[in-house]
Amino acid sequence: MKKLAFILSIVLLVSLFPVALAQEEVNVYNWEDYIDEQVLEMFEQETGIKVNYINFTTNEDMMVQLRANPGAFDVIFPSDYCVERMIAENLIQPIDMSKITNHSEIDPRLLNPDYDPTNEYSVPYMWGTVGILYNSTMVEEDITSWASMFDSKYAGQVFMMDSYRDTLGAALKYLGYSLNTRVPAELSAARDLLIKQKQDGIVKAYQVDETKDKMVLGEAAMALMWSGDAQYAIDRNADLKFVVPSEGSNIWVDPMVISSTAQNGENAHTLIDFLTRPEIAKMNCDYIRYSSPNLGAIALMGDEYMQNVVLNPSEEITNRCEYFHDVGDFINVYNTLWGQIKGS
Amino acid sequence: MLDLKMPVWGTWLMALGFIAFIALLVLYIRRHKGMSRSLFASPYTLWMIIFTVLPIILIAYYAFTDANGKFTFDNFVTFWDSNHTMNKQLIEMGFDPAEMGGGRGTVNLDTLVYSLWMAFLCTLICLLLGYPAAAIMADRQFKLGATLVVLFIIPMWMNFILRTIAWMTLLEDNGLINKLLIWLGFERVQLMYNSNAVQLGMVYNFLPFMVFPIYNALAKQDVKLFEASMDLGANRWLTFWKVTFPLSLPGVVSGITMVFMPAVTTFFIPRMLGGGNTEMFGDLIERTFLTANNWNLGSALSLIMMVLILLSLGLLRKVDPDGEGGSML
Repeated sequence: MKKLAFILSIVLLVSLFPVALAQEEVNVYNWEDYIDEQVLEMFEQETGIKVNYINFTTNEDMMVQLRANPGAFDVIFPSDYCVERMIAENLIQPIDMSKITNHSEIDPRLLNPDYDPTNEYSVPYMWGTVGILYNSTMVEEDITSWASMFDSKYAGQVFMMDSYRDTLGAALKYLGYSLNTRVPAELSAARDLLIKQKQDGIVKAYQVDETKDKMVLGEAAMALMWSGDAQYAIDRNADLKFVVPSEGSNIWVDPMVISSTAQNGENAHTLIDFLTRPEIAKMNCDYIRYSSPNLGAIALMGDEYMQNVVLNPSEEITNRCEYFHDVGDFINVYNTLWGQIKGS
Repeated sequence: MLDLKMPVWGTWLMALGFIAFIALLVLYIRRHKGMSRSLFASPYTLWMIIFTVLPIILIAYYAFTDANGKFTFDNFVTFWDSNHTMNKQLIEMGFDPAEMGGGRGTVNLDTLVYSLWMAFLCTLICLLLGYPAAAIMADRQFKLGATLVVLFIIPMWMNFILRTIAWMTLLEDNGLINKLLIWLGFERVQLMYNSNAVQLGMVYNFLPFMVFPIYNALAKQDVKLFEASMDLGANRWLTFWKVTFPLSLPGVVSGITMVFMPAVTTFFIPRMLGGGNTEMFGDLIERTFLTANNWNLGSALSLIMMVLILLSLGLLRKVDPDGEGGSML
């Protein structure tokens, strides 16, 4: 018994201090498979800073973990609308932009965004838009408007997103309203439109991850989709085309931020600087195939990327797009309406 | 790497508690040479308290509170009238709920009724398909019976999510079945994205839970009973109705329970095979927790589900009071 207790206490003691004290490190909290692993190895070799890479699956989950474990994370990759709330809750700290030597490479149209108007808290990592991916062999016209998604001519041919902000967003934009509206009459009009779309049998399915592969196989004529996923599908089926409708749509950025309780603030800055280096940003962009905010990386990627309207939309397109905001207490209204749509 | 699913100290506390518990247990057994039965049940009791009783208490707490932790019945009212909490919030924010154009308020209730109906159908179909299958497998004159049992078991080694995705590749508009139909010169049929496909997926997934309890009940029946019945002049049908079937009833009751319970809480299958067009109560609970991030309403819905399941279990115990079918969960 004594021997057992002795061994147990040793095991406990040793494992309570698993961190070698001398080792420099940085704790990264990101989406799964959202970075080229090779980049992390290069960073470790160049700087000697060990990267602890931790995944999250939803923004909400990430926020819960961040609040519950102060000091556990240094660099975080939230979605844009979360940054607003993280600033308000004091969960992230201003970034010392003088340490981000490559900050000048960031596309100016993505700077001073709605979610971080003073540009102090975030550095863009990846971005994209939302639009319609359509199969040019299954539609008769060039799709330019959200109207096509509500046209009974395409009954049983439309995939919507099983994501209330995106699907309600498409309807709101079609009706000429803001994605972030807090006007009950506008929201109820969008809901009625989506219920009619469903009851008229226009919607084939509400799904998220499955849609891109199904579009490659020609399972439906049209799908509401993120530009990155659209590019994935277009790479595999040349009949597919992507359009950001003329009524406007959503633009999104996944930025890098530093936790206000970061234990390795200096290393966090070093990592963000490393990731904004053009060659490195290019590696990540090649791997993830979303839009890169890094002009240096875009120059390195050359004509093929620059002429790609999906990944590199013109300013005319991005100007008609809007960021998602945290709608605060209205989120329950959005969810209740979404329940009425799904249950209709 | 950090274990983020639980705070580190929590893991240690649990580990310490577990070690202390084992140590106490060992000490106790040494002191009392005669080991009592209740002692051996204690790890199970502890397990149940940590992983069953505590979560239920937490769910009940969330169900009866609002986002600020104040006591409320709102979550249950929202189950009856899904607009209730929204309208209350709209009034607080200075809007007139009428501006919402009177959305249908029975969404949650309708989803529950739909789920119960789907689960009832699923149980019925499983019983109609499963009883003959079990009877064939249990028939001693049928040489391939054991092979059939194995064939029923093998798919269960795979996760049901994988098996459901496999059905998608069969049923899709460009799936294998449609490709075959077109090759044979028929028209393309839409097999997926509707409740029939969901029902198919449910029956496919839950059928073994009906077959095995019935198979067990039939396989352990004494042949002498059958022979006696035949000797006394009953024909095969009469023997089945008067001897075999009544003796297999515990298995049937158990099968019904084992199918109905997972069927009524089904999720994922409607999203995959039904294309998210027909939501079931399990999907509603999942969406309320994960998408809407509303743990209070989600807990209330879960509690309602639990009460319904308990009620149906109670009903079944009336049919099978001795619990011979092993339906005691």
